[in-house]
Amino acid sequence: MSARAERSWGGLLFVAPFLALYALILVYPLFKGLWLSLHRVDLFGGGSFVGFANYGRLFADPVFLQSLVNTFVVTLMIVPVLTVLALALALALNRATRGAAIFRGIFFSSAVLSVTIVTLIWRFILAPDAGLLGELWTALGWEPLPFLSHPDLALPALALTTIWWSLGLPMLLFLAGLQQIPEDMYEAAALDRASRWTTLWRVTLPSLRRTLILVIMLQTAAQLQLFGQSQLLTAGGPSGASRTAVLFLFEVAFGRWELGYASAAAEILFLIILAVTLIQYWLTGRKGDADGR
Amino acid sequence: MTAVSGLQIRNIRKAFKEVQVLDGVDLDVAPREFIAFLGPSGSGKSTLLRIIAGLETSDGGEVILDDRRIDPLPPGERGVAMVFQHYSLYPHMTVRENMAFGLRNAKVARAEIDTLIADAAQVLEIEPLLDRKPGQLSGGQRQRVAISRAIVKRPKLFLLDEPLSNLDAALRLRTRVELAQLRQRVDAGVIMVTHDQAEAMTLADRIVVFNDRRIQQVAPPMEIYARPANRFVAQFVGSPAMTIIPATLADGGAMAAVTLGDGATVQTEVPRAALKPGEAVELGLRPETVRVCRDSEGTTRGTVQLVERLGERSLVYARLTDGSAITAEDEGTTAAKVGDEVGLRIDGAAAHLFGPDGTGYHRTAA
Repeated sequence: MSARAERSWGGLLFVAPFLALYALILVYPLFKGLWLSLHRVDLFGGGSFVGFANYGRLFADPVFLQSLVNTFVVTLMIVPVLTVLALALALALNRATRGAAIFRGIFFSSAVLSVTIVTLIWRFILAPDAGLLGELWTALGWEPLPFLSHPDLALPALALTTIWWSLGLPMLLFLAGLQQIPEDMYEAAALDRASRWTTLWRVTLPSLRRTLILVIMLQTAAQLQLFGQSQLLTAGGPSGASRTAVLFLFEVAFGRWELGYASAAAEILFLIILAVTLIQYWLTGRKGDADGR
Repeated sequence: MTAVSGLQIRNIRKAFKEVQVLDGVDLDVAPREFIAFLGPSGSGKSTLLRIIAGLETSDGGEVILDDRRIDPLPPGERGVAMVFQHYSLYPHMTVRENMAFGLRNAKVARAEIDTLIADAAQVLEIEPLLDRKPGQLSGGQRQRVAISRAIVKRPKLFLLDEPLSNLDAALRLRTRVELAQLRQRVDAGVIMVTHDQAEAMTLADRIVVFNDRRIQQVAPPMEIYARPANRFVAQFVGSPAMTIIPATLADGGAMAAVTLGDGATVQTEVPRAALKPGEAVELGLRPETVRVCRDSEGTTRGTVQLVERLGERSLVYARLTDGSAITAEDEGTTAAKVGDEVGLRIDGAAAHLFGPDGTGYHRTAA
């Protein structure tokens, strides 16, 4: 064996454990999913090849299409509000005072809770009969809103819960981004007579552009996969009004045992997320090329 | 009170927590004067610059520019422009936008902005760069853009915070010349913070030497060099540093004579009247006033510790017989070697004396 070949094999040995794990838990399932989506198959093995029949069925399935629409709507409700709120909090808390540190901790704390706890908390808040909001509405003399049982209110309820739960990470990313902006940039702006508003729009926000793109892309990809809140808070109801795409494929896979059909739904969702992410990247990525310092 | 133009600084004090940085600083700067703030790190020179700019608040005192008290005003309304050490250009704006930003905020008419930018760009030769972003520029180009951004604002006073420290040696020399030319074209005063004495010496009309919370001396460059106010200024300005040797004042004569530790006597031209007889003083000697000579011809003698050959001249670091260190100068082709015993001829006429409190005494001005 030549020295060159020996060297490359030696290198391969170092990455082999990672490659093996990567292949086993990422590459294999990816292709297995693709394979499953082309078969009629249940949990007890076997299965017959059906070509694109599963996909054909999906596009004719009103429940699936409804779940896709719900997913887009809830994502559109969550991502802009979440981004703006997280940015506002980061701007307010980007200072070295003790108070700011405490509030950063408080606002981040919800992010460490599991989805079970989060939905439990929000059930207490949203429940119309004895919930916090219900009590408040009653105290103000209004009729309590049936957040969890009205078709028009279930998705906003999911969005509200998710925003509260997810605020921590984007806030942290924005804080990290803000701390990258050198202090003398603000000093230059002060000498340039920039008002606070001008400084925010012309100095701070352009400097946060990369962070902003990152937050929006991460949150879009995450919220298109929204699942736990939908399952635990409303169980997708009432009558599918808050069923998300992942909840749909969970029900199909583990309720009806139609693994092939569920895999086809998963592949479609995967392609949608990929496309949305790439479009965002394409829309925002090119202009930034010249922005290097 | 009559109208006084230029900058007046009155009794400025500043402390960061318990650390006093500036302690009652006064300074007058004439209109169109180029002033260099020179001093070691932590001497308060940058803090004073930032107080003038309004980026730092003082704990007390006044800053007056062209007869208007500016220290209560926000930075943008003081009539000053600053060039930052790291340029601080806005990375997402083009060069043109960087220059226009302050003018737009000041509600200057668009046509006038364009004229001002065109003029400044021409003076600093950055016209081809106007539509680029700072990330696409070299260090020297960024420096010019930073200066242009200050110029278009037509300030009464330019504040430069170590403007050359980020450039490499060759570019620094060139920019130094450019800065000197620039100040001829602008109708404004300039204050430049630096810790590089060559910059201060070559550019400034007057140098302000800072140390230990206070201004040590304010004077034209050559006076700072030839008549340092005290021991600190004498040692801080000049490279290599002035030799300081303990000495005793000898009796008699109108001009002071001092005896060194090794018994040698140096006749200076410092008037004796200023000093008390028998007082312990220190003798200050610039390297160029001590020459290496043959053993028999010297004022005193020393053992060579180190020879630095600089080309046109050599610096000889030696020790006198009592152990005091002394720096002497010799020809570029010096024969002195480490360990040699050499004669040292001291030019007493150019010597300085320092009293016990560090105050400098010099020969009467010519």
